Amino acid sequence: MWTWFHRLASPPTFYRFAERLAPWLLVAGLALIGAGVWQGLFVAPADYQQGDAFRIIYVHVPAAALSLSVYTAMSVAGAVALIWRMKLAEVAVVTAAPIGASFTALALVTGMLWGKPTWGAYWVWDARLTSELVLLFLYLGVIGLHQAYSDPRTAARACAWLALVGVVNVPIVHYSVQWWNSLHQGSTLLSAEAITNPKMAPSMLKPLLMSMAGSYLFFGAVWLRRMQNGVLLRERRSKWVREIGLPAWPADVPNGRPLSGGPGTARRGDRA
Amino acid sequence: MSRLEVHQLVVSRGDRVVLDGLSFAVSAGEVLHILGRNGAGKTSLLEVLCGLRRADSGRIDPQPEGRALHWIGHKNALNPALSATENLAFWAALNGATLADPRAALAAVGLHKGQLTRPAAQLSTGQKRRAALARLVAAPRPWWFLDEPLAGLDIEGLALFAELLGRHAAGGGAVLVTSHQPLPGVVPGLRHLDLDRAA
Amino acid sequence: MSAVVAVFQRELRIALRRRAEWAQPLVFYGIVALLFPLGIAPESPALKVFAPTIIWVGALLAALLGVERLFRGDLDDGSLEQMLIADVPLALLIAAKLAAQWLLTAAPLVIASPLLGLGLGLDAGPVMVLFWSLLLGTPTLIFTGGFAAALTVGAPRAGMMLPILVLPLMTPAVIFGGGAVRAAVSGLPPDAPLYFLGALLALSLTLLPMAAAGALRNALG
Repeated sequence: MWTWFHRLASPPTFYRFAERLAPWLLVAGLALIGAGVWQGLFVAPADYQQGDAFRIIYVHVPAAALSLSVYTAMSVAGAVALIWRMKLAEVAVVTAAPIGASFTALALVTGMLWGKPTWGAYWVWDARLTSELVLLFLYLGVIGLHQAYSDPRTAARACAWLALVGVVNVPIVHYSVQWWNSLHQGSTLLSAEAITNPKMAPSMLKPLLMSMAGSYLFFGAVWLRRMQNGVLLRERRSKWVREIGLPAWPADVPNGRPLSGGPGTARRGDRA
Repeated sequence: MSRLEVHQLVVSRGDRVVLDGLSFAVSAGEVLHILGRNGAGKTSLLEVLCGLRRADSGRIDPQPEGRALHWIGHKNALNPALSATENLAFWAALNGATLADPRAALAAVGLHKGQLTRPAAQLSTGQKRRAALARLVAAPRPWWFLDEPLAGLDIEGLALFAELLGRHAAGGGAVLVTSHQPLPGVVPGLRHLDLDRAA
Repeated sequence: MSAVVAVFQRELRIALRRRAEWAQPLVFYGIVALLFPLGIAPESPALKVFAPTIIWVGALLAALLGVERLFRGDLDDGSLEQMLIADVPLALLIAAKLAAQWLLTAAPLVIASPLLGLGLGLDAGPVMVLFWSLLLGTPTLIFTGGFAAALTVGAPRAGMMLPILVLPLMTPAVIFGGGAVRAAVSGLPPDAPLYFLGALLALSLTLLPMAAAGALRNALG
């Protein structure tokens, strides 16, 4: 298990592994999302209270779940990057942030769209909405910090530190906001149970589980692809990248700056 | 620690590999004058040896401990609001020592009276450099890492520096120094390391 | 230990020589607290409702102002390199710097808070809660800001980043701080949020200097 893990951490091995895995994840993910959304929209019955408006959960709930899962995955990668100085983990941190931010933004927007017909307002200072907004800021912090440094390793490791401190912060924010909210008398109707509506009919639940699983697979595919790009950019001067034979590689640009201004070159001797 | 060996050191700055497999050794009693064009990696080398910068690969055997080395970089480590005396006393305290007389060390590098009490911002470039060099006098340490120590020094300052360097090498200390000009005076145990040629 | 004391004393000494620079957050804070009543009608009960928020958000902004140049000077003049090399754990030196920063920029604000609270129409009971909440909460703000400053010190363009980094990390302290006072105003016991503030304080004092030390070494190496 450990030797396998170590081998996978070497950029060329990872690249080939991802090359094979990503298409499968993408196809399976999109198929599941498609089936889930189709069933959710056309097969599942309308909610007796919310009518058709509830159907947005087939996008909203997977997005919200992923916004948290991606952050957790990112901070685990951050810990690995800081403890074992693993280059692949550094790439993983940096590439996860924009995906996580997108899911968070999607969860916020769908939540607001859902809120208008059910609560009568786009935005309510509800515990979940507020902590989701804070989460979005955490993601934006990681993205911004990455762009503030020109050295790709320094940038990635700074992001890893932020992700680690942030992951301690997320549950604290969540509980603080919940406590804060409970002080308001009026908003108890919007408690967590009422939103997620845990007792669901199977015909409603099945499509949800499908689109949820599909979203995780889709995230896996996108993350792998982004990591492949990140690894290629960093390693663009090494032998194995040239052997892959990608045309017109920016390594030929004078003084080695990539045209896109993205992450920089390989450094020899890093824990691969 | 009487010998420092560097094996196959690789250091990069941002996008660029500045040192690509550098190996050399320095022993006690030697002064290693490190040469090279701008951007050859002189400063990066000293920073790695002091533990301020990570090497990408290679071995430093043994890595000098903080309390065994003096580091004088491009910047003088003088807070502009504090006087030379206060800066030196702080530096000593940072390293767990209290200086009985910081003024003596400053006098040894030719700083006197008003120059000791005035905020460092009001000192000239050469005077600030001298105040930094006073650390070498204030605490005896076997390893000196000096990055362009001659910058801004006048003729008298150069002579002072030559004397410090000679005394340290003769007393069994080791010095790694970068400089674009030849080191002043007769330096015992002088050797050269040309980074342009080593690469 | 003497190194930690030396860092602390040096910060105070520098601040004493550069009064204008260090007084800026305080003046800013005073202006915020003064302008709010002018913006709201003077006899409006809204003022009393908003008082805890005004004071807490003012404290947050003041902390943010001061913390931005926490490491900048030492980086520019080379002192930071000497601190990195010194034979003392960097986290302790950072903690000493932050403690001095708290004493300089936040402590006066804590001391002035009862006056501000009374001025904004709070009663004696909530004013005491306000004082305690600031006493427990401002170190958390300063230490969080210190961590963010350490993250960005190596990046020349990162000054603008600081508020974005700091905002999500400071949210809990503001919620519990403002919440304690609001609880007191509405006659509820403020103990729970104060205890939460204490827990946050313990977390920040122990973990953040270490994280800041790691971030600082990374930013410069």
